[in-house]
Amino acid sequence: MLVKFELSSLKRTRWYEVFVRFLFGGLATVATGMIAKCYGPVIGGLFLAFPALFPASATLVEKHEKEKRQRTGLNGIRRARNAVALEARGATMGSIGLAAFAIVVWQFLSGGNVWVVLATATLAWLAISVLIWLMRRFNP
Amino acid sequence: MLFRFLVGGFVVSVFSALADVLRPRSLAGLFGAAPSVALATLGLTIAGNGVVYASLEARSMIGGAVALFVYTYLATWMMFRYKPSALLVTAGLLAVWLSSAFAVWSLVLK
Repeated sequence: MLVKFELSSLKRTRWYEVFVRFLFGGLATVATGMIAKCYGPVIGGLFLAFPALFPASATLVEKHEKEKRQRTGLNGIRRARNAVALEARGATMGSIGLAAFAIVVWQFLSGGNVWVVLATATLAWLAISVLIWLMRRFNP
Repeated sequence: MLFRFLVGGFVVSVFSALADVLRPRSLAGLFGAAPSVALATLGLTIAGNGVVYASLEARSMIGGAVALFVYTYLATWMMFRYKPSALLVTAGLLAVWLSSAFAVWSLVLK
């Protein structure tokens, strides 16, 4: 299957789903800041990789996939749960990229331009995650 | 705190929207481990506490990423093997993330 952008899936996203993601994202950022303030940066830093949004995202993927199947008269539960498993597999590969992001920030933040380091770290996350995804896709 | 909430909500929403439109699913799943909260938090931390403090957070984040690997690997396995409800697995396994993160902290970071 080719990589593609399915813009129609944005139309299936309801306003409350956007709100839930915004809420969880905002709360996770506030909570991470508070944990660092109470327990210090060593404990607080762990929570920069906390999967705060993952349960909400996985539930929405399951719901959307089930609704898509049910519109064609199928039950869709099995298919929906496979879709969640595939998303989780992608996140497993992404977590290796996330470690690369953290290493770049840890190693280069003190001596470099802040925005250049954050942008480079984000590119490192993307490049390593996609590379692992491609390796797995062509060498299953 | 409100500013932190708004920045975090915005960054997470942008990454989520990207994940929504990308196909295939496993590629979209990469965004389930996007550094969205980290980008929002580190940017604000650098402004408030400086780069040394933020570097310490980033060092610990490596431990959090290892815990995320364990969490998502188990979620994948359970979803493929037993096909339970997504919420049950992903919320239930948060305890595994916490245990793994604190195991890394006590073994390496402490």
